[in-house]
Order: sequence, then structure tokens, then C-alpha cells
Amino acid sequence: MVETRTIEMEVLRYHPERDAEPHLQSYQVPFAHDMSVLQGLQYIKDHLDGSLTFRWSCRMAICGSCGHMVNGVPQLSCHTFLRDYFPGKVRVEPLNHFSILRDLAIDQNDFLKKLESIKPYIIPAENKPVESGEFLQTPAQLDRFYQFSQCINCLLCYSACPQYGLNSDFIGPGAMALLHRYNADSRDAGRAERMPIVNAEEGVWSCTLVGYCSEVCPKGVNPANAVNQNKMNSALDYFLSFVTSRGGGR
Amino acid sequence: MTVRKPYRRSMAGWWRKNPFFVRYMLRELTAPFVAIYAVILLVGLVRLAQGEAAYDAWFAALTHPASIAIHWLLLVAVVYHSVTMWQVMPKAMPPLKVAGRTLPELGVTALGLLATLTVSVMVYALVRWL
Repeated sequence: MVETRTIEMEVLRYHPERDAEPHLQSYQVPFAHDMSVLQGLQYIKDHLDGSLTFRWSCRMAICGSCGHMVNGVPQLSCHTFLRDYFPGKVRVEPLNHFSILRDLAIDQNDFLKKLESIKPYIIPAENKPVESGEFLQTPAQLDRFYQFSQCINCLLCYSACPQYGLNSDFIGPGAMALLHRYNADSRDAGRAERMPIVNAEEGVWSCTLVGYCSEVCPKGVNPANAVNQNKMNSALDYFLSFVTSRGGGR
Repeated sequence: MTVRKPYRRSMAGWWRKNPFFVRYMLRELTAPFVAIYAVILLVGLVRLAQGEAAYDAWFAALTHPASIAIHWLLLVAVVYHSVTMWQVMPKAMPPLKVAGRTLPELGVTALGLLATLTVSVMVYALVRWL
């Protein structure tokens, strides 16, 4: 028989048709040693309160759907275990810095628009026909962008970024990491199209290097590094605009 | 019918809620202390240009107990600022390659702190014994 203990889970609830503002609701959740915070939420939904709303899909830190604030820290709830909080309680809230739609579900639209704006795909210098073969790349060239391509769009970095919270016009860590992933790819020639986003006030220059985005990333991406490397690229782009016709995107 | 009424939570007191943000705010708060110390040194340079008497007067002012106390405060602030800035340095620069391998973040921080310490000791030795 699986040994279970009982932990108190506090969940932020908000039903727009009924609530003027969110409030915490407490549940007693029995858990086994291997149960994640996500499984705790699923237990609540299946056995205690079917009206609880939250997003999830893969249950194994791949899809990036189940990001929540767990005891004030942005975490993938499938990647966070109830045993680590016992005998204390676990407080699960929606990700910080986003509008709450219902319970733990936040409005992702702002990020999705930003993601689209950075053109997150390879823009080749010329369109080669398939018959001419693949674009070759050396391990060193791959190394330049590989970690940034591991981003799963989970938005933990946005809820770790106070600058994004204070001004949501800021492009933010995740979109910037993905922008850099394509700009740093040797097969890509779309840099000039993306530099206006980097150079803007709400591009890299809204970042004050808090650095918490890189600490909370569940995939080992270093978004703060992408943003800050591009401060250098942006400055270079500005000075280059005086001497060449390329760069200088505003 | 689904009601759409997105709720935006306040950020009041955000930096007090996470020790990481407290350390960040302290790092930013100690930046003016670095500037103050730079101004003190620049004033010394101006006084030096004005002649020996002016420089001696500036130097004497530095030995005042209030000045000593301020300098202790500045030292603590500048040390905190240096350490925390070197801690975020690996996030601010392109990866450092040594013999084809990327230097780990801790290595960059350690190198920076070592450089700061070395220069500080050299400057101290220069002032103390020359």
C-alpha cells in the first residue's frame, strides 16, 4: 500500500462572474512521495472541487503549460513536489505579472503577440530548393544558440521579471531569448528585421539585469544573457548606422 | 455564458516579497555610493591642480573622524556592489571560452573578484609605501 500524508494546499481562486477580486481557498490533500504540485491540483479538481481551473498538459516539464507561483516562486507545478513543502503548506497562485482570467489561468495574449513579433523562425539569406541539400552547421555554430532553443514558452521568466511587471510593454526575457536564438543561428539572415525590436526602449533597454529570469528557468536557458548580450549588439548597431547603410534599425 | 473580466494584481511591495529582489534592490541602492566615492577622488584631483596648500587641506579633511566614518560606510557599500555585480556579470557578457570550452558562471565571477582584489591591494600598496 502507498503511504500517504496530508498537506494543506492554498489555491488562489477567481471566478469573474462571481468574484470582485481573487481570494485564497484551502484544501486538505492526501499525497504520496512522488506526487507533484500539479497532481495535488488534479486531486482537488477530481475529488474536492471540480470548479478549479488550471492549465496543464504533458506532466513532464516539456509543454510549459503548468507554470504557477508556488509559495511565491515561479515554478512548473509538474516539476515541483509536495513532499518538499510538507509539513508546511503549499500556496499555489497564478503566474505574477499577468492578468488572471479564471483561478490559476492567466492571459497569455501579450506574450503570444510578442513571440510572433520577433519572427521566431529561420529567415534564410536566399531560398534554396530542397534538392540543393541542407544548411550545414558546425558544432561551434550550434553552440552559439543551442541553449536558447530549449525555451518552452512557459512564462516563468516573465513572472520573475519585475521590469515586465511594472511595464508590460517590455519585450521581456523569453521573447528576447528566442529572438537571440534566431539571430545567433548561422543559417539565419533575418537580423536586420529583428534589430528594431532589440533597439527599442521597450526592447533590451528596459532590462536592469535583475537576473531572476535565468534563475527560475526550468530548462536551463539564460534569458538574462540573451537580453544583455543584445545590449551590446544594439549599441554596435547604433554606431554602425553612422558608417554603413546596414544596421541602425530604430 | 463565459464572463471575461481579467484581474490584474497590484505589485505593491514586490521587492520585499523575495530575498532575491531584496539583494537586487540593495545592489542598485549601493550604486550612488560608488559615485560618491568617485566624486571625493575627483575633488582631490581638482584640489591637487590648485596647488600644495589646497591638496593638503583636502587631505586633512579626509582624516576627520566624520570622513573616516563615511569612508567605512562607502567601503562596505562598494564591496557589496562589486561582489553582486560580479555575480551577475556572467549573465551580462558573451560566454567566455578558454581552450575551446565555456568557462562556468562561477569561474567568471571568481576571476572578476580576483581582479578587483588584486587591483585594490596594488593601489593600497602604492599609496601606503610610495
